[in-house]
Amino acid sequence: MTHSATQLLLLLVVLTDFAVLGTSRLSACIRWIAFQGALLGVLSLVVGGEISWNAVLLAAGTIVVKAIVLPAFLRWAIREAAIRREVEPLVGYLASVLLGGAALGVAFGVAASMPASVRDALVVPVALVTLMIGMIILMTRLKAITQVIGYLMLENGVYLFGITLARRVPFLIEAGVLLDVFVGVFIMGIVVFHINREFDSISSANLSELRES
Amino acid sequence: MDALLIAVPIVGAVLAYLTRANGWRSAMLIAIAAFHSAVVVSLWRRAPTPIDGSWIGLDDLGLIVLSVTSAVFLSVAVYAAAYLRSNVPRGGRVFVSCLLVFLGATSLVALSQHIALLWVGLEGTTLSLAPLIYSRHDRRSLEAVWKYLVLSSVGIALALLAVFLLAAAQASDTGARTLLLTDLTARATRLDAGWLRAAYVFALAGFGTKMGLAPLHTWKPDTYGEAPSLVGGLLAGTLTTCAFLGVARFTQIATAAGLEPFVRPLLIAAGVLSLVIAAAFIIGQSDVKRMLAYSSVEHMGLLVLGLGVGGVGAYGSVLHMINNGLIKGALFLAVGNLVLAAGTAVAADMRGMRMARPASAFLVLAGLFAITGSPPFGLFVSEFSIIDGALQQDHPWIAGITVVMLTLIFVGLARMIIGILYAPTLEPHEEAARGRERPSFVIAPAFLTAIVLMFGLYIPPSLQAALARAAVTLGGHSP
Repeated sequence: MTHSATQLLLLLVVLTDFAVLGTSRLSACIRWIAFQGALLGVLSLVVGGEISWNAVLLAAGTIVVKAIVLPAFLRWAIREAAIRREVEPLVGYLASVLLGGAALGVAFGVAASMPASVRDALVVPVALVTLMIGMIILMTRLKAITQVIGYLMLENGVYLFGITLARRVPFLIEAGVLLDVFVGVFIMGIVVFHINREFDSISSANLSELRES
Repeated sequence: MDALLIAVPIVGAVLAYLTRANGWRSAMLIAIAAFHSAVVVSLWRRAPTPIDGSWIGLDDLGLIVLSVTSAVFLSVAVYAAAYLRSNVPRGGRVFVSCLLVFLGATSLVALSQHIALLWVGLEGTTLSLAPLIYSRHDRRSLEAVWKYLVLSSVGIALALLAVFLLAAAQASDTGARTLLLTDLTARATRLDAGWLRAAYVFALAGFGTKMGLAPLHTWKPDTYGEAPSLVGGLLAGTLTTCAFLGVARFTQIATAAGLEPFVRPLLIAAGVLSLVIAAAFIIGQSDVKRMLAYSSVEHMGLLVLGLGVGGVGAYGSVLHMINNGLIKGALFLAVGNLVLAAGTAVAADMRGMRMARPASAFLVLAGLFAITGSPPFGLFVSEFSIIDGALQQDHPWIAGITVVMLTLIFVGLARMIIGILYAPTLEPHEEAARGRERPSFVIAPAFLTAIVLMFGLYIPPSLQAALARAAVTLGGHSP
C-alpha cells in the first residue's frame, strides 16, 4: 500500500517538474511549485515508515513553508511588481521540455549506476530529475522571480534525497535546513522586489553592468 | 563555554537591532568581538578534544578556523565602528545586526562536530552577509548581491546534497550515529565507498562554489568589487575559510576511508585551474577590488592544491588558510582606505596614494609582499610547504606550474599596486591634500598584518602542534 502510494507521489513530483518547465504564466508556475512542496511534505511521512511526533511536525513544517508561506510570498512579489508571465526565455518552452526529457533520461541512467542500497528504486532518478530541471529553469529563464522558482525546485530535489535516502537525520537539523531555505528564498524575494523598483523590470538580463572589461 | 561563542553574538544581534543609538550599537559590536576573541584565546591553553557524541565541540582544525575568523572579525569590528561614524549606510541597525549574526554563524561552522550542523552554519554565514553587500542600495550593488545569492545558493544546495549522500553512505553501518564527525572518521572503513565518492564530488562542487574555486568563481569579482571594503574583508578572510573547512571535513572523512587515490586528483585539478584562471584575469585587471577577488581565487586554489598533493602540502594548506584569512582581511581594509580617499576603485584613477594616505599606503605595500608569498611573511612559509609537498609527492609538473603562476600573479599585482601608490597625480595641487587618517582605520589592518609577519618568523609551539595534528587528519604530516 505505502509502496504504491510512494510511487504515485513520486510520479506526481515529476509531473510538477514538467508543468513548471512548460508554463509561461508565473501564477501557474507558483501554483505548481506549491503543489510540489505539499507532495514533499506527504512523501516525508509516507516514506519514513513509523509515524512519530517529530515526523508529523516536520511534514507539517515542510507543507507550511514550501506549499503555503513561500508561494504566498512569491505571489506577493509578482503582484507588487505587476508581472504576469515569463517573456522570451533564453530557451523556448518546447525546447525546455525536450531538455527536461533528456534530463529524465540522464537521471535514470545515472541512478542505474548508483549503489543499489536504496529502498525505493524510483527515488534517486526523481530526485535527480527535479534537481536538474530546477537547474535548467535557473539558467534559462531571464526573470529573477522565475530563477527563484528554479532554485526552489533545485532545493526540493535535494530535499527528496534527504527524506528518502538518508538515514534519519536528527529532527533539529532537518528543521534548521528548512529554516535556512525559508530565509534564503525570503532574502531573494526582497532582492527581486528591489530589482523591480530599480530597473522597472524584473529581468535579470538587465543585470549586466558588472563584467570584465 | 563553546556554546557561548555562538549564543552571545546571536543575542547581541537582536539587542543591536533594538538599540536606537548608533554609538551604543558600535560599542556593542566591539565588545562582543573582543569577548569572542578573549574566549578563543583562552581555548588555546589546552589541546582541544571534542566530547564524544556532542554536536558542538572543538578539534584542532575547528580551533584554527575559529581563531582566524575571530581575529579578522575583531579587526573588522574596530574598523566598522569608525566606518559607521563617517558613512552611515541606510539601515545602520541591520548592518551591525548582520555582522553579529555572521560572527555567530562562523562560530557554529568552526565548532560543528556534526556535518549537517556545519551546513546550517555555513548557509547562515552566506545569508547574513547578503544585506551587507547591498548596503549601498544602487544598481551595481543590486546586481552583485543577486549574483552572490544565486550562485551561493546553488552551491550550498549541492553541498546539502553532499551531506545527504554522506548520510546514505552510513546507512549500512547500523552502529554509527548519523553524520557525527567522530563516528564518520573512526568508522570510516564501514562507509559505502560508492555513496562516499558521490558525496565528495558534490561537496567539492558545493563548498568549492562558496570558496570561489574556478570555474565556479564568477560571482566573486562582482561581489568583492561592489561590497563595502570591510564586508569584502569578511568575505575573503572568513567566509572562504569557513567554506574551506567544509571541503576539509569531507577530505578528513575520505582520507580516513582510504579514498585518497580518488579525491586527490580532483583537488589538484580544481587547484591548478583556479591558479591559471586567477593569473589570467589578474594580468591586465583595471579595478583594484576585483583584482583582490582574483587573488582570493588564487589562494583558494592553493588551499585545495595543498590538500591534493598531501604530505607536507596538507600541513602547508592549513597554515596557508590561517595566513590567507588574516592578510585578506588586512588588505581589504587597507585598500578600502585608499578607495575611500580616491572615491574610485579603478586603479588608473587612483594615483599618488603614497602621499595622500601614507599609513594605509604602507600597509597596502606590506600586504602586497605578504599576499604574493615574499619572505619574511607567513605566506612564504605556507606556499613553500605546498610546493615542497608537490615535489616530495612526485608532482614536479604541478610544482612547476604553481611557481610560474605565482610569479605571473606577483607581476600583475605589483604593477597595479605600485602604480596606485607612486604614480604622480595628474593635477599637482592635489598633492597637498594629505588627509588625516583615522587611527582605527589603520590599527585594524596593521594588527592583522603584524600577525602574518609573526607567523613568517615564529610559530608558537601550541599552534605548531595543532597544525601537525590537523595535517595528519587530512592525510599529511608536518615538515
